[in-house]
Amino acid sequence: MSTDDNKVKPEGAAAVMYAARLAEGDFQIQRCRRCETAFFYPRELCPACGSGEVEWFAPSGRGQVYATTTVRRRAEAGGDYNVALIDLEEGPRLMSRVEGIEPQAVAIGMAVRARVAVSDGQGLLLFDAQETEKGSAQ
Amino acid sequence: MTDSSLRHLRGKTAIAGVATFGCGEAPGYSDMDLLANAARRAVADAGLTMKDIDGVCTASVLATMWPMEVVENLGINARFIDGTMIGGSSFVAHLMPAMLALESGQCDAVLVCYGSAQRTSTLNRKEVAAARRRMDPQPYEHPYQPMMPLSAYALAASRHMHEFGTTREQLAAVAVAARQWAQRNPDAFMRDPLSVEQVLSSRMVSDPLTVRDSCLVTDGGGAYVLVRAERARDLPKPPVYVLGSGTAVWHRQISSMPDLTVTAAKQSGAAAYQMAGMTAKDMHIAELYDAFTINTILFLEDLGFCAKGEGGAFVEDGHIAPGGSLPVNTNGGGLSWGHPGMYGIFATIEAVRQLRGEGGERQAGQADTAIVQGNGGTLSSQSTAILGSAAAL
Ligand SMILES: [Zn+2]
Repeated sequence: MSTDDNKVKPEGAAAVMYAARLAEGDFQIQRCRRCETAFFYPRELCPACGSGEVEWFAPSGRGQVYATTTVRRRAEAGGDYNVALIDLEEGPRLMSRVEGIEPQAVAIGMAVRARVAVSDGQGLLLFDAQETEKGSAQ
Repeated sequence: MTDSSLRHLRGKTAIAGVATFGCGEAPGYSDMDLLANAARRAVADAGLTMKDIDGVCTASVLATMWPMEVVENLGINARFIDGTMIGGSSFVAHLMPAMLALESGQCDAVLVCYGSAQRTSTLNRKEVAAARRRMDPQPYEHPYQPMMPLSAYALAASRHMHEFGTTREQLAAVAVAARQWAQRNPDAFMRDPLSVEQVLSSRMVSDPLTVRDSCLVTDGGGAYVLVRAERARDLPKPPVYVLGSGTAVWHRQISSMPDLTVTAAKQSGAAAYQMAGMTAKDMHIAELYDAFTINTILFLEDLGFCAKGEGGAFVEDGHIAPGGSLPVNTNGGGLSWGHPGMYGIFATIEAVRQLRGEGGERQAGQADTAIVQGNGGTLSSQSTAILGSAAAL
């Protein structure tokens, strides 16, 4: 029988748990129990203090565009698309795509809201542009 | 007691030989073939033979056990090996472990060497990117299909423009200055005249960066030889002393970069300046890894040549072009001289040539001090070297 130090979780590591939840449309991120830092991407240790005591929680889904680019692509191949860095309300930054407006119209500071697109058993985290900061309720 | 400034290493080692080979297009040559030819020339430039080499630093973007292949191919029996691979800055970062190995007596002559046939290779960059997605997955970025590494630098540029009002014209000024230097360098890959208007109207790849805001894709090999300073003084070429060295890594993925307008060059540069006992004001020339036009602006700021946010105005005022107050990327840089995958070694070699006064038509006057900034990944790794002639000791 394994010692405690050698035991792995039956559900797998944080990255696998994140992907499994996302595939069910559930977007959750981690927070350190020791220093309370919320972080993304999912990992085994808190990157702020090194603690292994981390917990999952559902963020509000609200965020703001931190940086943005339009990747140019031929129309036949699907046309231009957005790549953005989003700062979540809870602090962590992540890469995603802002949808609902033209890629060129995505602007730094714009309010966005998270949405999980599920297809072929995989979840993809996307963000929708919000008309105003307060408009995120719609 | 330890001296964390490493001041005691200042000037203790020197680059005694440098060489490039096959830069531009080298059909029929592999990465190793280009490396080997550059290595032979660098060792000869140092007045040594390959038998004198007992230390090797090298890195490859493709092979995971590259130092073994290099040792085998060149027939070196190395007492010191360093294969640190942190992208394009690796060969600037190799200076510190090489210095420590020389100073400790572990070895007597270190060959730092690199070769890339990425332009003419049958393995194209798309295939490499596809293989990398399997071997080195980035599941929180790849699904959004950023055009890497370009889109990462585009994101940084977007943020710099937002925070400081930096313009596309200012980014273009970096490319134009690089081209003006390249026009003075017969070895540069692109030497046609280039205007700000031409950069602005060139093909947009990932806003705000166009193809002309981006480094070239060329082949090439490069190598340099590092020895203890007292030995360098007995060798044929004027020694180029290592006065300062520092390396910092803050992230791997652009989404994990703490502030897209401040690079780890701030930390690596501070360490190098501290070791050298110098500041930006003491630098005669700068060789800054210009994978994209935004890089030059970020590094000018982070290395203290201008305040944060003022890099755009600095380059627009012509400071970095030929005739300006700070000669930058005097060979034409990654933007116009060439960019064989990992450029750091070529920036180092150009600094050595300038400090020796071997720049020919592009010689930036009497240069006794140079700062070299190596960059790797997506602004991820930063390594700074401060080099100097005997006058700078
Ligand atoms: Zn913590």
